[in-house]
Amino acid sequence: MRIKLLDICHARSGDKGDSANIGLIAQKPEYYEIIKRHVTVERVRKHFEGIVLGTVERYELPNLWALNFLLNNALGGGGTRSLKNDAQGKTLSTALLKMEIEIEDSTKL
Amino acid sequence: MKDCIRVASGQGFWGDLPNAPIDQVTKGPIDYLMMDFLAEVTMSIMQKQKKRNPELGYAKDLVTIIDQILPICVEKNIKIITDGGGANPRACRDAVFACARKHGIKGLKIGTVCGDDILLRLDAFRKKGLAFTNLETGESFEQIGHKILSANVYFGAMPIVRALRQGAQIVITGRTTDTGLALAPMIHEFGWKKNDWDKLAAGTVAGHILECGGQASGGNFSGDWRSVPDLARIGFPIAEAYRNGKIVITKHEETGGMVNMQTVKEQLLYEIGDPRSYITPDCVADFTSIHVADDGNNRVRISGVKGRPATDTYKVSMSYLDGYTAFGTLTYAWPDALEKAEAADAILRTRLADLGLVYEEIRSEFLGFNSCHGPLADATRDVNEVVLRVGVRSHEHKAVEGFGKEIAPLILTGPPSVTGFAGGRPKPSEVIAYWPALMQKQHVTPRVIVKGV
Repeated sequence: MRIKLLDICHARSGDKGDSANIGLIAQKPEYYEIIKRHVTVERVRKHFEGIVLGTVERYELPNLWALNFLLNNALGGGGTRSLKNDAQGKTLSTALLKMEIEIEDSTKL
Repeated sequence: MKDCIRVASGQGFWGDLPNAPIDQVTKGPIDYLMMDFLAEVTMSIMQKQKKRNPELGYAKDLVTIIDQILPICVEKNIKIITDGGGANPRACRDAVFACARKHGIKGLKIGTVCGDDILLRLDAFRKKGLAFTNLETGESFEQIGHKILSANVYFGAMPIVRALRQGAQIVITGRTTDTGLALAPMIHEFGWKKNDWDKLAAGTVAGHILECGGQASGGNFSGDWRSVPDLARIGFPIAEAYRNGKIVITKHEETGGMVNMQTVKEQLLYEIGDPRSYITPDCVADFTSIHVADDGNNRVRISGVKGRPATDTYKVSMSYLDGYTAFGTLTYAWPDALEKAEAADAILRTRLADLGLVYEEIRSEFLGFNSCHGPLADATRDVNEVVLRVGVRSHEHKAVEGFGKEIAPLILTGPPSVTGFAGGRPKPSEVIAYWPALMQKQHVTPRVIVKGV
């Protein structure tokens, strides 16, 4: 079964210099295991190809059912230097929620 | 001695909801009101204001807010803690004293925390061998050392605690960590020790949840955002802190918004890096240790927070002038809105090139099509309208100014069905770049002064 992260997560993103971070939070504890397995550094790097120019780091926060992604070199220089409409990466959260993953058909949602 | 205090968030940034601090002091019980005014590059603006007029260089909005809430804060014994002193906490204090006199308030004690401003000491520090290497990029300070506009150390909670111990009812600081503003009253009221790392970390986590105001109580909530009640009258978050380090995040009854596990978690993850090491001058908090539980009725319990000893360095935030930018927008309408906007963009770029104007970057975005999410946007080209937004950046002021003159002419000399040019010619604004660094704590000492009238 193909689902969007939007179906099982919520998220918030923001800036740290020219890096952005996205907190990806599972709506239920059982969904945390799904995102932990599927939303890998490699997948996120590929998903943001052309947007994130640097490396992607992933951190696990099982207590909060959440993953934190640090996207380096993602904001066109960051701060007041960036020419982007979304200079602070505020909408990168929903861009990540667009990601589709393939999960077992038997998974209860 | 109290076993529980209520610390309320009044402003999440300079320019936040003007009514929020008034609601916090009138709509229910609180003990402390914290207000954050300083973004990363705000200090450079304040330094400039102070240079022009030694009585300025702080957040004037803070004085406007205090003017509205001071009588009630005095009556209810609510203490105010804020970093709105910016580059000039003492001038800010004097403005607040003037405000107190106006209201006929006597015996008010205000504390200031200074010593964070190291701009004039940079050369001396460098002679001592301090490197100020860029914390994020690793770049050498040499290349920008001569153009620094502001340089401030982030102090933590301790200087504020000292002011509170001396009886200050209002504490006005320069550069301070946002979390320190909320942690200080807990240390003061509960007598937490300098090495109570878990408790200091719990208070720091509370500060992180409070520091962006309404973002913890239903604002910018990406979950079921439609379910957030009455955002028009959003109540800002309040941290109910207990002596044992337990924290409950809540808000006043009879206000809009909501506090639940999801709104709190989103804020916990906001603008953090490695969650195991959330570093402040007071402690290192481990965000992976946090337990969050929903008690219902807009109450969320935070427990289990683990902390580690503080590092021996302060973070220094510096700013410098790094060229100019300007932005212009035009709106194109159906038919072929996007194609017209793209054509206009190409014409503009040709004209800029013909004029010999050179930029480090020209960026064109199509708002309504894909300015958010870029290649990930499932956008159809058949949009009814699109906003062309062009930004340029250059170290040549002239080039950026020249760009401004080329936007409006596109209306009569470019593709048709164009509108939305309001607000005049785009003006160059300064790029105030940010330079974060670390320095050993031993080199700077916070100066705490408490004065009364």
